[in-house]
Amino acid sequence: MKVVPGRFQSLVEMGLDFVRINIAHDLLGRKDGDRFLPLLTTIFFMILFMNITGIIPFMNIAGTAIIAVPLTLAVISYVTFIYAGIKKSPKNFIKNSLFPSGVPWPIYFIVTPIELISTFIVRPVTLTLRLLMNMMVGHLLLVLFFAATQFFLFDLGGWWSALAAGSLAFGFVFTLFEILVAVLQAYVFALLTAVYIQLAVAEEH
Amino acid sequence: MDATTVLAEVQGSIATVGYGLAAIGPAIGVGIVVGKTIEGVARQPELAGRLQVLMWIGIAFTEALAFIGIATGFIFGF
Repeated sequence: MKVVPGRFQSLVEMGLDFVRINIAHDLLGRKDGDRFLPLLTTIFFMILFMNITGIIPFMNIAGTAIIAVPLTLAVISYVTFIYAGIKKSPKNFIKNSLFPSGVPWPIYFIVTPIELISTFIVRPVTLTLRLLMNMMVGHLLLVLFFAATQFFLFDLGGWWSALAAGSLAFGFVFTLFEILVAVLQAYVFALLTAVYIQLAVAEEH
Repeated sequence: MDATTVLAEVQGSIATVGYGLAAIGPAIGVGIVVGKTIEGVARQPELAGRLQVLMWIGIAFTEALAFIGIATGFIFGF
C-alpha cells in the first residue's frame, strides 16, 4: 500500500470507501460507524467475492448458494445487533424493539408479539433466505439457459439450432445480470446489517 | 369428464405454480417502491442519494416475500 495509489490500489480503496462512507457513516454516524466498520467491510467483501464465484466459468456456483454461508452471516449479524442494543442500553433496546412509543397501551397486546416475531425471528430468516435464494435462483436460471442451448443444438438439431443461438445469447445476458445481482446482494446484506444495528442503538423512535 | 375433474387431474409439483403466484405480490410491491422513489427524486433531486438507500431497504424487505415463496416451494415441493 502506497500513499499515492496505483490503479489497483485505488480500486481497492474505492471499494473500502464505499462501505465506509455509503454504508457505515451514512447510516450509523461517524462514531458508531467506525465501531462496526470492520464487521460491515468483512460482510460486504465476503459476500461479494463468494457471489462472484457464481459467474466465473468452471466454478459456476456461488459460495453463498449453500445455506451454511448465508446462515452463518445472518447469525453474526443477528448477534451483533442484539449485542449493540444490549450494550448501549438494555432498557431502551427492549422498549424500542418490542414496545414502540406513541401507541395506546391496549394495542401492545397485538403489537408486541408481532414485533417480537418480526425482530427476532423474521430478520435472520429473511437475511438468510434473501441471499441464498438470489444466488440459487441465478444459478438455476443460467443452468436452464445453457441446458436449453445444449438440448436445441445436440438433441434436436436441424432448424432448432436457431433457437440455441437465442438461448445462448440470453445465457450471456443473464450472466451479466448475475454480476449486478452479486454486487447488489452484498450491498443489501451489509446495508440491512447496518440498519438493524442503527435501530438497536437508536435513542428513541 | 367435467371441468372440475380435469382441474383435479393436475399432476406433478404444484409448488412450481405456487412460486408464480407468490411472485405477484412482491412484484407489485417492488414496482410501487421504485415508482414512488422516482417520483420523490423528481420532486426533490437533491435527496436522490438518501432516497436511493431507503429504496434498496424497501426493496429488500418487499422482495423477501418472493424468496420465502420460492423457499416453501423447495421445502414442500418434494
